[in-house]
Amino acid sequence: MLGTSVVILVSFAYLGLLFAIAYYADQRADAGRSVIASPYIYSLSLAVYATAWTFYGSVGRAADNGVGFLPIYIGPTLMIALWWVVMRKIVRISKQNRITSLADFIASRYGKSALLGGMVTVIAVVGILPYISLQLKAVSSSFTTVLQYPEIAAPAALHVSLPQDTALYVALILAAFTILFGTRHLDAAEHHEGMVAAIAFESVVKLVAFLAVGAWVTWGLYNGFGDIFERTAADAQLKPMLTPFGGVGGDYSSWIWLTILSMLAIMFLPRQFQVTVIENKDEKHLRKAIWLFPLYMLAINVFVLPIAFGGLLHFPRGTADADAFVLTLPMSQKQELLALVVFIGGLSAATGMVIVETIALSTMVCNDLVMPVLLRLRGLGLNQRKDLTGLLLGIRRGAIVLILLLGYVYFKIAGEAYALVATGLISFAAVAQFAPAALGGIFWKGATRRGALAGLAAGFGVWFYTLLLPAFARSQWLPAGLLEHGPFGIEFLKPLALFGVSGLDQLTHAMIWSMVANIGAYVGVSLLHAPSAEEHRQASLFVDVFTWPGEARFWRGTASSPSLFNLLARFVGLKAASEAFRDYARAHGVERPEADADLVHFVEKQLAGVLGAASAHIMVASVVKEEALTLEEVRTMLDEASQIVVYSHRLEQKSQELERASQELREANARLTELDRMKDEFVSTVSHELRTPLTSIRSFTEILHDNPQLSLAERERFLGIVIKETERLTRLIGQVLDVSRLESGRVEWHESLIDMREVIEDTAASTSQLFRERNVRLERNLPSRVPKVRADLDRIVQVVVNLLSNAVKFIEPERGRVEIAVAEDHGFLRVDVRDNGPGISAEHQEIIFHKFRQAGDPLTGKPQGSGLGLYISRRIIEHSGGRIWVSSRLGDGACFSFTLPLAG
Amino acid sequence: MTTPRKVLIADDEPNIVTSLEFLMKGCDFEVRVARDGEEAMRLAQDFQPDLLLLDVMMPVCDGLEVCRRIRGNPATRGIRIVILTAHGRETDVARGLALGADAYITKPFSNKELVAKVRSLLQPAP
Repeated sequence: MLGTSVVILVSFAYLGLLFAIAYYADQRADAGRSVIASPYIYSLSLAVYATAWTFYGSVGRAADNGVGFLPIYIGPTLMIALWWVVMRKIVRISKQNRITSLADFIASRYGKSALLGGMVTVIAVVGILPYISLQLKAVSSSFTTVLQYPEIAAPAALHVSLPQDTALYVALILAAFTILFGTRHLDAAEHHEGMVAAIAFESVVKLVAFLAVGAWVTWGLYNGFGDIFERTAADAQLKPMLTPFGGVGGDYSSWIWLTILSMLAIMFLPRQFQVTVIENKDEKHLRKAIWLFPLYMLAINVFVLPIAFGGLLHFPRGTADADAFVLTLPMSQKQELLALVVFIGGLSAATGMVIVETIALSTMVCNDLVMPVLLRLRGLGLNQRKDLTGLLLGIRRGAIVLILLLGYVYFKIAGEAYALVATGLISFAAVAQFAPAALGGIFWKGATRRGALAGLAAGFGVWFYTLLLPAFARSQWLPAGLLEHGPFGIEFLKPLALFGVSGLDQLTHAMIWSMVANIGAYVGVSLLHAPSAEEHRQASLFVDVFTWPGEARFWRGTASSPSLFNLLARFVGLKAASEAFRDYARAHGVERPEADADLVHFVEKQLAGVLGAASAHIMVASVVKEEALTLEEVRTMLDEASQIVVYSHRLEQKSQELERASQELREANARLTELDRMKDEFVSTVSHELRTPLTSIRSFTEILHDNPQLSLAERERFLGIVIKETERLTRLIGQVLDVSRLESGRVEWHESLIDMREVIEDTAASTSQLFRERNVRLERNLPSRVPKVRADLDRIVQVVVNLLSNAVKFIEPERGRVEIAVAEDHGFLRVDVRDNGPGISAEHQEIIFHKFRQAGDPLTGKPQGSGLGLYISRRIIEHSGGRIWVSSRLGDGACFSFTLPLAG
Repeated sequence: MTTPRKVLIADDEPNIVTSLEFLMKGCDFEVRVARDGEEAMRLAQDFQPDLLLLDVMMPVCDGLEVCRRIRGNPATRGIRIVILTAHGRETDVARGLALGADAYITKPFSNKELVAKVRSLLQPAP
């Protein structure tokens, strides 16, 4: 199965699959329906951190240093804990300033310095070359290994002539692939959705492959974790591997430095910066990534030790290269399919790294190295060229090919000097040099451009001298004497023991000295001079990114709208420029964009998405005549802006409070008006009700006075009316006063324990006259023992009297029957007054409890009474904690009931 | 000898009706009683009184509406109307007079005042 043609076919098929995924994702992105806007895809794309180094090299390092391979993964896990603060800030800054790359980020911070951007690009490219060569080496040697099946041998020496050199072919194929992947078109914000989708996929592939071979080694070849570790402990040679510190694993200092190094690498490797920051679609995805990414790290490292120890136990010492255990172990057991899967996994890991890293680097080379130079060369007349997209793409493609070829060259020169992991660490140390300038830049406003330049130069210089040179020296490209006696025999400057500091492993030594030089120069030079106006402006934008509500405009100059439009059109095309201007005009509510600071800033931002901040700044400056702002003026503008923000915030709060207050006032006013109206109505109704009986009283007394000749019967009748009306008036006045007192809360309640039986006996007695007159029977239905209630006795009596007299009032005389009953009801005492009168229709059942309302029967005439009785009764009962209601059907009598809470 | 004058009393309060009846009969008028607005309008048409004592607060159809309708009906247009109101409110009075009432009396009223007013309205103009 593992024949050349099969392997090549499967490899190309896999690459084709990756490309298809990328293409699909790009199409979806163009249609506006992104597939990568998911925190899971985001987290998977971050796993591009795990390259062929992880796939092959971890096992190799574990075979040498036991647990000492771990710090490289502990570092990122620790760093991620800090991400919510640091990375979120970087992402926010980058989105706001449309940063397109790491070099762009650093250059932008220090006053949009093109020099700094270029320097960062050079350091990045040179620094990453070893890393790329590592991937090339991994792919080509794994290819060779697989092809030698069924023979297992150490990969042949690589001094092969060029045409037969697999690595070169790999480099060229990857270059072609990457060009297809990442430079089919220019994206204004440097988003490569297809690329992200593809590497998320390949993260899954490499994880699955590694887990597959790991599981097979652990449970297929051996009998589980316990088995492998027991055997390792039993082997005298291998036992030391199990101790983390002090043993072969390395000492504390190397652990610490390795951890620090990888913490910085996870942030500043160009590919990591690209996927974490530039390709980030939503700040909130960081939240999930913070635990998903360490989880991935854990998963892909779980089987490293078992495979390493398994390989060491399986193969006699020195016969097999530990880096290739993942391949050679399955091959040795004739597991062809598994070996093929592993190969694809390794290929996947390597291609992922190469694609993203190279695209990121080529973007930097184009935007931050080549274009600024080209733009300044007046001879090329680029300012006049109409359409530069072709040029930009061409530069990027050239950069991709160049970078990969240089990677191959490094591979040829120094590839054999170190194992995979050591090679990778050299690159880590290189990108670590960006840390002071980048991290310092987002927290320290005093950092200057010169400081950053000095720090980078010093750090890179030391890195080159202590790590890169020795690699060349080891591979015989430089005299070996350099390492032993220092340059020109100056012992003090030995690359591996600078200034006499020896005894450290090479990496620790290099890191210490480079960081000392870097940070020292950075801080020292920054403190020597104050930041310029431009730098101060950018520093505020970066450091204070979380406190700025928007973006500050720092600009004063003259420009013309048409020239700005033409400038934009040259780089993004006429159509895109027109749309952008239209959107801008609409957003600002104007017909046509005015050439002011806002428009200049807008155009510069759009251009920055294509050219990078530094180049965009140059282009815009060439179109616009800018007046330099002094530092004082910038500071004043910033202060004013921040004061305005604070003031407007306070104003907003005040106006909100005012709004609330006036709303409350309106409501209160409405209530008062309503109350006023109700009062008017009440007064008018009361006055009417009082005058009516008064009319009769007056009229009849006058009649009696003026007519002495009246018959006795008539006299009696009229006097009777006077007496009755007087009573009615008295009653009415009493009730009106009651209502008035109840409503104003001026009633004095005298609570006591009441025996309802007594109440009923009393009220029956007092209303007996009324019942007798109308010949209505009153029945009492009382249980022998009635629990007491706590209420005002007089008031309850008033209620019962009211109900009884109501019942009598409407009943037909002679046949009328009223029943009063008492019962216990769920913690309450209930009293029912039932009558067999005409009943009350449903629509009247509620309104009779309202003021001045009665259920009158038009045929029998206006009912006697004020209409206040039930209203007062309801107020009394509700004040005592009970309920009063009526249930009735028209023509079938009525039952008035009320409840009172039981005492105790 | 003039024919006895006819007076229609429209009020829903029975006691007030009794006193008004007594007073009007005491003047030798022929008296009829209506208990609500509808009855008032019907009797106005049938009984053809010379004068109507009209309470404004009545069920079914209130006094002011009755006044309006009676004035609007050619058959009853000539009836003299005195409105009786228990409210002190000027609005009722003003509206009543605007609707065509000839006089108004506030309750409680003086019997003498009421009789005098009625008599003057029923007097043929000199």
